[in-house]
Amino acid sequence: MATVQLRDLCGVRSGDKGDRSDLSLFADDEATYSALREVVTAEVVRSHFGTMVQGPVTRYEVPNVWALKFVLEAALGGGGPRSLRSDNLGKTLGAALLRLEVDVPDEIVRASARRGRRAPVDRTPIGS
Amino acid sequence: MIVQDAGVIRLGGGQGFYGDGHAGVGPLLEAGVDYLICEALAELTLAILAKDRRRDESLGYTRDLPAYVAMAAAPIVEGSTRLITNAGGINPVAAGRAVVEGLRAAGLHGVKVATVVGDDLRPHDAGLGLPGDTIFAAAYLGAAPIVEALDAGAQIVITGRVADASLFLAPLVHEFGWSDDDWDRLAAGVTIGHLLECSAQVTGGNYSGDWWNLGDFSAPGFPIAECAPDGTAVITKPPGTGGRVSFDTVREQLLYEVHDPAAYLNPDVTADFTSVQLDDLSDDRVRVHGVAGAPRPQDYKGLVCTPAGYSGESRLAYPWPDAEAKARAAARFLVARADALGIAVLEWHEEYFGLDALGGPTVDLDAADDAGTEPNEVMARVVWRCADRSDASRLAREAGQLGLGGPPMVTPFGRARDTGPTALMSLAAIPVARDLVDPGVRIGLEVS
Repeated sequence: MATVQLRDLCGVRSGDKGDRSDLSLFADDEATYSALREVVTAEVVRSHFGTMVQGPVTRYEVPNVWALKFVLEAALGGGGPRSLRSDNLGKTLGAALLRLEVDVPDEIVRASARRGRRAPVDRTPIGS
Repeated sequence: MIVQDAGVIRLGGGQGFYGDGHAGVGPLLEAGVDYLICEALAELTLAILAKDRRRDESLGYTRDLPAYVAMAAAPIVEGSTRLITNAGGINPVAAGRAVVEGLRAAGLHGVKVATVVGDDLRPHDAGLGLPGDTIFAAAYLGAAPIVEALDAGAQIVITGRVADASLFLAPLVHEFGWSDDDWDRLAAGVTIGHLLECSAQVTGGNYSGDWWNLGDFSAPGFPIAECAPDGTAVITKPPGTGGRVSFDTVREQLLYEVHDPAAYLNPDVTADFTSVQLDDLSDDRVRVHGVAGAPRPQDYKGLVCTPAGYSGESRLAYPWPDAEAKARAAARFLVARADALGIAVLEWHEEYFGLDALGGPTVDLDAADDAGTEPNEVMARVVWRCADRSDASRLAREAGQLGLGGPPMVTPFGRARDTGPTALMSLAAIPVARDLVDPGVRIGLEVS
């Protein structure tokens, strides 16, 4: 087994409705999907977000697109127009979820195309 | 112009929210779409529009609607494209009037413009028990009134709060004659609508994969759905535009904000997204098929918006060394000032940019300490909520004392400070009986 951040295993998209956050993780193949289904439970996600999420977390399995969806209740400080957070709509909570560390079989990590993949940084000054 | 298959209807997703860029619309029209569909209403948008209408009775719709009409005017007049939008916001009648006048002013006569009203729940406040200080209350209507307007020959249809995906389902029902209990086909139409309703978010926008390989973000490819009468569709984008349409970009949008993917609730149908099959055909084409549907929910969803006090905030930036310690000390200073002045703060919120502002408790602050790494700078963002507007505002002025009397080397970040208090609002979703709403749904038709 290897310990990795979700960043190295899957993609993510975040959304909201009222005070609910809605996060989806996307694996690249069946084996990774199965491994994530074992370890990324609703309880793990609830615990990862700590005080940021005040309500229950529900997980939905979406095997046709190798995805897991998490709906987090009372998760946005009261909802978009009420929240005091910079990210009042929880648009970046997906990134916070990618920070989660999980234990998965070595071969899953080795096979992941996302492992170690980083965006190039362009430091050319703008306007030049 | 792309050669079109007989029997295939092309839908273009021209807008994903009020404030979206217009750059993607031109290429959609050049590629040729039978319907240009502009989705303008996020949950909060009606509150912004309600504020507009309080200032001016002739407002309350999204102000860039005339710009969209102008962009699409040529193919609309020619009869090759129709425009459907919920940009009417809280005042679809005024929006329709502005569009008709705009067309006449441009010398474009004979265009049929329909408006749909009836989503506003405030006329039913007694039956629903709406709070007296309600800012807006609206039901999410379905496709039916739009279908009726299209059947009547409307070339432009302007609605208020219609469920996003139903804007896209309506032309498919109109064109293909799907019956209103053909759950699988209705669910297929809602799936297509859900994929297109956020404009570039299905063609590479917000894509969490190798986004850096998608090319120029300033020339986004807005989405096109090539829809067949059996409910299957191909999602694509105009040639030569930026972004990507792939299995990966499409599935990220498929699950966006849907909650239970096996039961996506829409006023027209309940769609099962766990049944959807996505075939990547390459060349920016993804085939969508296999969608299963179930009967529509019994009630409409309503959204009620009420006031929730005022927020004020201060942003105070501190440099290394000990940046975090200084920023936290500055936050505590503000709490002490509120106490000393007797300002009733209902809720405090603190964030530290450069440290945990976005990640909150998912950031392991101890891990950074153990590694001996100190941030180069930390900006404290301290936010408070008060019932009273002047309280929220007064506390912001107290932060000024930190300039000469607080932890060393503070700077407010940039010039954008003291924007004044913000009016906060609460949103609540409620079930609304269809019988209450449907008799009040009206379609108006005017010719330019």
